[in-house]
Amino acid sequence: MGIEEKLPSGVLLTSVEKLAGYMRKSSLWPATFGLACCAIEMMAVGTPRYDLARFGMEVFRASPRQADLMIVAGRVSQKMAPVLRQIYDQMPNPKWVLSMGVCASSGGMFNNYAIVQGVDHVVPVDIYLPGCPPRPEMLMDAIIKLHDQISDTKLGAHRAKEVREAETLALTARPTAQMKGLLR
Amino acid sequence: MTDLLAQLRGFGVTFGTMFKKVVTEQYPEEKKPTEPRFHGRHVLNRHPDGLEKCIGCELCAWACPADAIYVEGADNAEGERFSPGERYGRVYQINYARCIFCGLCIEACPTRALTMSNEYELAESTRAELIYEKQNLLAPLLPGMVPAPHPMVEGMDEQDYYRGRVTRATRAQEAYAAERGPDDASVTRDEAPA
Repeated sequence: MGIEEKLPSGVLLTSVEKLAGYMRKSSLWPATFGLACCAIEMMAVGTPRYDLARFGMEVFRASPRQADLMIVAGRVSQKMAPVLRQIYDQMPNPKWVLSMGVCASSGGMFNNYAIVQGVDHVVPVDIYLPGCPPRPEMLMDAIIKLHDQISDTKLGAHRAKEVREAETLALTARPTAQMKGLLR
Repeated sequence: MTDLLAQLRGFGVTFGTMFKKVVTEQYPEEKKPTEPRFHGRHVLNRHPDGLEKCIGCELCAWACPADAIYVEGADNAEGERFSPGERYGRVYQINYARCIFCGLCIEACPTRALTMSNEYELAESTRAELIYEKQNLLAPLLPGMVPAPHPMVEGMDEQDYYRGRVTRATRAQEAYAAERGPDDASVTRDEAPA
């Protein structure tokens, strides 16, 4: 029919995917979700010294509907977990979650009944950042690693297939609460 | 009139900032070194001849407030010696999804086997990748070191290692390591033993 039939298969869509990935990663807007001490470091990343604007991320949106990255900065208490999930659900697709600090990643040193043992119990996490709290460079490193993930994101039918596969995997996966024995 | 001057003075501050040095760190391109005592990723050190310093005592695991360290000690056998003395750490895991980099494990370590480096780029996309095994944590082999397992320096015992009398691997140790595997043959010595 058109140009796409004359080109080798996949060339057009791959280029579009690359372009879309580049644009998505260069203007991530984080939702403000500072919960504890990690939030101070997250704010430090916004200051002129570390300057998140270099990655097009300086606008921390107070409304989740305008954000596409949730930086969960700090320990998530059991009471905060439904709020976290609601904010995640309110964010428009495509969206990503960065679990900042050990408390958000696994509960950290707070292995008790009040703290959710990792936000991946509540929302799907794309990148885990250890540290207590992580220094601003560590957060920027995690963001750059997330950028690499985003630029490889698929589009259209490929993306739908990817989402379906992830969904079937998630349905059959062992719940995080039962994942034991990673640390022998 | 004074109001107008005050405003101009305010803009003067803004204008003057243009001639100030830029404080922004260009992080991924130019990495500013941390303070030397920054608590980064752990390192499991080696003796100067390549034997491991860890004796598998689990004091680091007991000191850890976040229960991030798992250690399993084992006995050094005759043909499988990993550290001078009786015991070595057979399994050594640090869960960086829990570790808070407080350094209590370093204070607890009786042989200075565990120290911290300044490396901080640790972000991963799964929790399982954040668990570092012994091979991820072991210090790299410096010149003069031979990878464990190999016997102690001839005529020396555990105490001599801690007193710093071992300075590098001897020829016998290198021959032993060269015999064991092809990887170890790449280890060559550049000078005669002292």
